[in-house]
Amino acid sequence: MAAEPVIPDFGEASDCVSENRLFCPDWVRDNWDPVLQPALVEHIKLTAIAVGVGFVLSLGAALLAHRLRYVERPVAIVSAVIYTIPSLALFQLLVPVTGLTVTTVEVALIGYTLLILFRNFLAGLRSTPPEVLEAARGMGLTQNQTLWRVELPLALPAIVAGLRVAVVSTIALATVAAFVVSEGLGGPILGALRLDFRTEIIAAGALAVGLAIVADGLLVLAQRAVTPWASARRVT
Amino acid sequence: MRAPRQAVEIVFDHATKRYPGRATPAVDDLSMTIPAGEVCCLVGPSGGGKTTAMKLVNRLVELTSGDIRVDGTSVTALDETELRRGIGYVIQQVGLFPHMTVAENIATVPRLLGWSKRETAQRTDELLDLVDLPARDYRSRYASQISGGERQRVGLARALAADPPLMLMDEPFGALDPITRTRLQNELLRIQRELRKTVIFVTHDIDEAILVGDRIAILREGGVLAQYDTPEQLLAHPADDFVARFVGADRGLKRLSLTRLDELELEPANGAVGPLLDGHTTLRDALSAMLNDGARAVVVDGPDGKRMLTLDRLTELLR
Repeated sequence: MAAEPVIPDFGEASDCVSENRLFCPDWVRDNWDPVLQPALVEHIKLTAIAVGVGFVLSLGAALLAHRLRYVERPVAIVSAVIYTIPSLALFQLLVPVTGLTVTTVEVALIGYTLLILFRNFLAGLRSTPPEVLEAARGMGLTQNQTLWRVELPLALPAIVAGLRVAVVSTIALATVAAFVVSEGLGGPILGALRLDFRTEIIAAGALAVGLAIVADGLLVLAQRAVTPWASARRVT
Repeated sequence: MRAPRQAVEIVFDHATKRYPGRATPAVDDLSMTIPAGEVCCLVGPSGGGKTTAMKLVNRLVELTSGDIRVDGTSVTALDETELRRGIGYVIQQVGLFPHMTVAENIATVPRLLGWSKRETAQRTDELLDLVDLPARDYRSRYASQISGGERQRVGLARALAADPPLMLMDEPFGALDPITRTRLQNELLRIQRELRKTVIFVTHDIDEAILVGDRIAILREGGVLAQYDTPEQLLAHPADDFVARFVGADRGLKRLSLTRLDELELEPANGAVGPLLDGHTTLRDALSAMLNDGARAVVVDGPDGKRMLTLDRLTELLR
């Protein structure tokens, strides 16, 4: 250390970081609190809101379509059309309306969950075997009792299956939100891509992948807990 | 414990069901009375409307005209869900709720009726006993964990749960293998002797109807009642060619299967030789034993010594 640095120092970059080696654990350690952890929390929030709202909308639409057959087609068409729009194009379409806000991102993310969730929920509601429905009617269950006590519980595996796909795909897709707002793991990834900073790309990317795996695992556990009958040992 | 409910009489009064766009009715002007506590078998070829006729009673199918009265009250006078909760319903595919345990399945109607937990649990165990499934072993199993025959036993227990005075059974044993079917038919007879429900039992199998039914209604295509009678009368005096063909050319033999040796006044054997049979043997099996052994009589070892049934006596009985 011969002379004072001329350029102000923005933190002590290690050799690993300044040489932009493949992965620098020290950078991750130093930037967990200021960068990665907040981004991860935001990412979870983005996903939770999108899937949560998508769940409510899809379940409502599926229940309606289950009771009134003619509702199915329009909902299926609209959700399929939304699904086919590329995400960046959808952001472009929404920004003039909702601006560069989280709302824009959420509307898009919610839109993408609808097709998967609606289809799975409706298929689940329709999966009750006809003889089970006949027995329910014959024993004097009303239409609502049949729905709550029989059809919805039997739809749970399909409902959770739909949620798993929706959660994993939303976690992946939410990284693109960084093009609109600096929220979620897409922020660090996009920033690092511009600087070609490999450690940050890998760290933030790995967090997104890890989040998807953990969320999926939790849903599998949740499904086992709520549908003990589905995993009961079969005897014939 | 709730007091067991009295069985009820069912009256079909010109009951008719027409489906729009069909030339012939599914059930055509059906009038018959099923006395309380009896099993009435509805038989006939497919398209005879037997299942439709049964479903008119719990209004899974609505009458077009005419009436059906259960214990004097028209089924149309009651709220349909109330009506159904008071009628046991058993179908061929059972339709157990796959997400509920055996006990929860049986508790379905008691829960709808708001029975207490204790009373429901007690009733569930009692019913599992009745259908010969030890409650301890079966209560917590799911439908996927029991065999087809066991499922139908649970189906029967579920239908009996709230002690309905009336039971509707739609080919309940039709999907079971012959051995299981015979066993369940006998169990049903045992349970029926104990409970004395009024039962409408749909089957396409005339032998099953003869075994299970106190009375048999034969429906022909177009839902027309061809004959309604006791099995004995039906076999001895079929109303027409259709009934005669339906009950089969072997109706003489079938009549023999209605009577068991110990139900007859038999003559003392007096040293006659022939196959030695149990008093519980049907006359049909007794005849078969004679033919097998080339004998002209069978011998029964009863409480008052050896008695015999001769071939001559057998032919006399059929007259």
